[in-house]
Amino acid sequence: MDDEENQNQIKDEVKDDAADIAPFDPTKKKKKKKPVIQDPVEEESVDTLAEKTESLSVSDGLETSFAGLKKKKKKPVHTDLDDESENVGDELDDTIGEDEEGEGIVLQQYPWEGSDRDYEYEELLGRVFNILRENNPELAGDRRRTVMRPPQVLREGTKKTVFVNFMDLCKTMHRQPEHVMTFLLAEMGTSGSLDGQQRLVVKGRFAPKNFEGILRRYINEYVICNGCKSPDTILSKENRLFFLRCEKCGSGRSVAPIKAGFVARVGRRKAGT
Amino acid sequence: MVDIDVGIPTAFDPFAEAKDSGAAGAKEYVHIRIQQRNGKKSLTTVQGLKKEFSYEKILKDVKKEFCCNGNVVHDKELGKVIQLQGDQRKNVSQFLINAGLVKKDQIKIHGF
Ligand SMILES: [Zn+2]
Repeated sequence: MDDEENQNQIKDEVKDDAADIAPFDPTKKKKKKKPVIQDPVEEESVDTLAEKTESLSVSDGLETSFAGLKKKKKKPVHTDLDDESENVGDELDDTIGEDEEGEGIVLQQYPWEGSDRDYEYEELLGRVFNILRENNPELAGDRRRTVMRPPQVLREGTKKTVFVNFMDLCKTMHRQPEHVMTFLLAEMGTSGSLDGQQRLVVKGRFAPKNFEGILRRYINEYVICNGCKSPDTILSKENRLFFLRCEKCGSGRSVAPIKAGFVARVGRRKAGT
Repeated sequence: MVDIDVGIPTAFDPFAEAKDSGAAGAKEYVHIRIQQRNGKKSLTTVQGLKKEFSYEKILKDVKKEFCCNGNVVHDKELGKVIQLQGDQRKNVSQFLINAGLVKKDQIKIHGF
């Protein structure tokens, strides 16, 4: 079918330089999510949990709750080389007291420990980056990539499509669902609404890929900062104009309002119109 | 006092470009959209072609070229719109570019 071919071509063109939001890489997202699932956090409210799930910036809350898993490795790095021997000892006791998971890692903090061999370049480089990440994460250069999960789509009857994780993706992008929805519907040339479970139900049959392509365009147009490619931006409405301001570099730009444009009348024609 | 040539302001018209690309400057896109109809069928619409063009003639050529049916509809706000059967977005945009009717960067293809 040449429809499909067309779609592919178009998609290629749309392929973008959305550097930070690497849309729809399921693997990475899973990794990040895992601890959340495993952790039987009792009284963590739903929204903090939700935030953790999708927040890309590793928030403080997250660090504390998963300290045992993630952080212990880095902790002793604080110490300066001079008083290292002492401090490492101290900390080591502490950590072991707190939780068992840390122990193995802390013991092997530096590969050269306990020997008087020369430091290797890679090792020192690793050490310096650990320190950097610990104290000035923004300088460490490894940008946390915002990874979006692929759209999950169900067919409702034969004529409707349900975009299940629509809300989720809106949260990941930090955008109002209404805005995203308006764009999606305008681009797809269809109508739709949110259902009771906050899923987006649209008229017509669409594949996940269809949503993905449009969301990609949405991200380029309404999320990504043109200056630094950061997805960490705020979309606000300033006297009738939509304005995108970057939280990272502070640059701003105005963005086009969403227009549905011409919508042909399809389906059964009603008399009179 | 020196005589100042007052002609200077007219020498450069900052809006010249905007004018000849169609009154509202960057806003003048040709939008090519797709819409689903019942089942697998779809519909391509072309909105925003210059009013001076003969829509009927363009439509005739497009129909012949891509073997599809189509028609011109009049929209109260958006003016004349060409409708084509099937997903002709790629075809029709290529056609408009090749025919020199629209520049490539003025075409906006919508849809999935
Ligand atoms: Zn920026």
